[in-house]
Amino acid sequence: MNNFETVIGLEVHAQLNTATKMFCPCPQADYKAGANSAICPVCTGQPGTLPAANVKAVELGVKTGLALNCRVNEISIFARKNYFYPDLPKSYQVSQFDRPLCEAGSVEIDLKPSGSKTIRVARAHLEEDAGKSLHALGSRALDYTLVDFNRCGVPLIEIVSEPDISSADEAHAYLTELKRILQWAGVSQCDMEKGELRCDVNISLKAAAVKELGQKVEIKNLNSFKAVKDAINSEIARQTAMIERGETVAQDTRLWNEKEQKTVPMRSKEMAHDYRYFPEPDLVPLRIAAARLETAKNELGELPRARKTRFMKDFGLNNYDAGVLTSDRCLSAYFEACMKEAPPSAAEGEAKAVANLITGEFFARANELKVNPEDYLSKTISPVSLVKLAALTSAGKLSASAAKTVFAGSWGTGKTPEALMGELGLAQVSDSVQIEAWAREAIAANPDAAKDFKNGNEKALGPIVGMVMKKSGGKANPRLANEAIKKILAA
Amino acid sequence: MKIEKKDVEYIADLSRLELTGEEKELYSAQLGDILSWMDELNKADTSKVEPTAHILGLENVLRSDLPEPFPDREAILKLAPQRELDFIKVPKVIE
Repeated sequence: MNNFETVIGLEVHAQLNTATKMFCPCPQADYKAGANSAICPVCTGQPGTLPAANVKAVELGVKTGLALNCRVNEISIFARKNYFYPDLPKSYQVSQFDRPLCEAGSVEIDLKPSGSKTIRVARAHLEEDAGKSLHALGSRALDYTLVDFNRCGVPLIEIVSEPDISSADEAHAYLTELKRILQWAGVSQCDMEKGELRCDVNISLKAAAVKELGQKVEIKNLNSFKAVKDAINSEIARQTAMIERGETVAQDTRLWNEKEQKTVPMRSKEMAHDYRYFPEPDLVPLRIAAARLETAKNELGELPRARKTRFMKDFGLNNYDAGVLTSDRCLSAYFEACMKEAPPSAAEGEAKAVANLITGEFFARANELKVNPEDYLSKTISPVSLVKLAALTSAGKLSASAAKTVFAGSWGTGKTPEALMGELGLAQVSDSVQIEAWAREAIAANPDAAKDFKNGNEKALGPIVGMVMKKSGGKANPRLANEAIKKILAA
Repeated sequence: MKIEKKDVEYIADLSRLELTGEEKELYSAQLGDILSWMDELNKADTSKVEPTAHILGLENVLRSDLPEPFPDREAILKLAPQRELDFIKVPKVIE
């Protein structure tokens, strides 16, 4: 298997975040909507109708191009891709061909265990989706096909990578990064379960010593990251075995069979690769003016990768924390709002404490209560309170368990940590006289443990500290209690 | 330019047309004539001309992203030769 190099290119279709379809004012129907409830004469291809392009879809296409470091072409042209299939009522799909909206971009991906790699993006173009075909109603298999045109005409951006991907893991990393960028830019929600992100894989093997590629095999319609990974690994194994048996891999279009965990040839000959593209006469060219490009750039703002690097540099966060905090645009904005509240002189540990609180307690609660990320700043705990809480905890004024209680009390109530500490009597006691008094009582109550500790058994300290915590009602600063006990026993 | 019978058969297949032998002969000749005329056009020097996608000279005919549900979807469904529930029914498509 090591004798072959794997060459993979991905074609990703993402459903654009618009209210209406690409060329008609039909609403984008919820995937649960009734069949054919969002259709009109335009998207069902009635004679005499004319399409008009959705300005929001164009804007999102431009943003995609910018976010993927593409050249956004000043002029781009819609084209007809002709093929017959029942889910395509016009018998052609409006797409873009020789003059797409965006070209020549790149996506930087993280490699495991470390390092990164640039995957070039050949192009990103606008097109319309096809309808949905049903071959079964519930569990009842049909000997005919039912068609629902709700999805027909929904705007898509198709992003085609260069064949720069060399493994299933890299394909996974590329998709992960692409999804993060598209969600960040507000281009697509990328919910794979709803089919908002779909992926076709082109894969071929070549003997490491040989220059030319083997025949390209296309695997169509993969709808989860796991399916992409599994299909690639299975296809690598299949093609390797064929080559090793001395057979040639024919150019082929295949489907992924999830149940049997293998790719199978697509039986239909419908997809003959002769689409007879020609410029769409019903749609005039798109011109992206400099002003439109500038607006899109401003709205896009800082991209996740740049923000991650900045978080590491400015706040001393590690790669992992910075990655988690920039996984979502709203989350990163929340973290940034917190860091604005932290004193400018705050040590690096401060940022780490804030990050820990967000990736731990904050995340857990936000997920449990299903808080929409857009509501992080208004419906959770205010950045001022979160920073204060982190500071109180790291300064030892609040125990870990008391911090949790304060966090919960502050969530959605606007109460400050100080107010809650007073209200709940949770302030941690760091007063040395008080702690020493508790320590003496605790030693007196555990003479055996005290003797063991004096004889060199470090573990014997545990029960004595435990007693201090009990006597203080959990409020004693454990570190100071530890020190006080050691000091007394050493005397 | 010569159009062979097999070219006509290929195009007919892509267009889902069933042609008789006579029709294939007829269309080979007619398409050949049309393409010969294209050869005539090809003699014009277009090396300094931008390819034209559209003749109107218009650009950016766009509509705003405001939903306007079509009020009579029944009229559309009625046009389908066959229907089941709210679906359009067609012969079985593999895959």
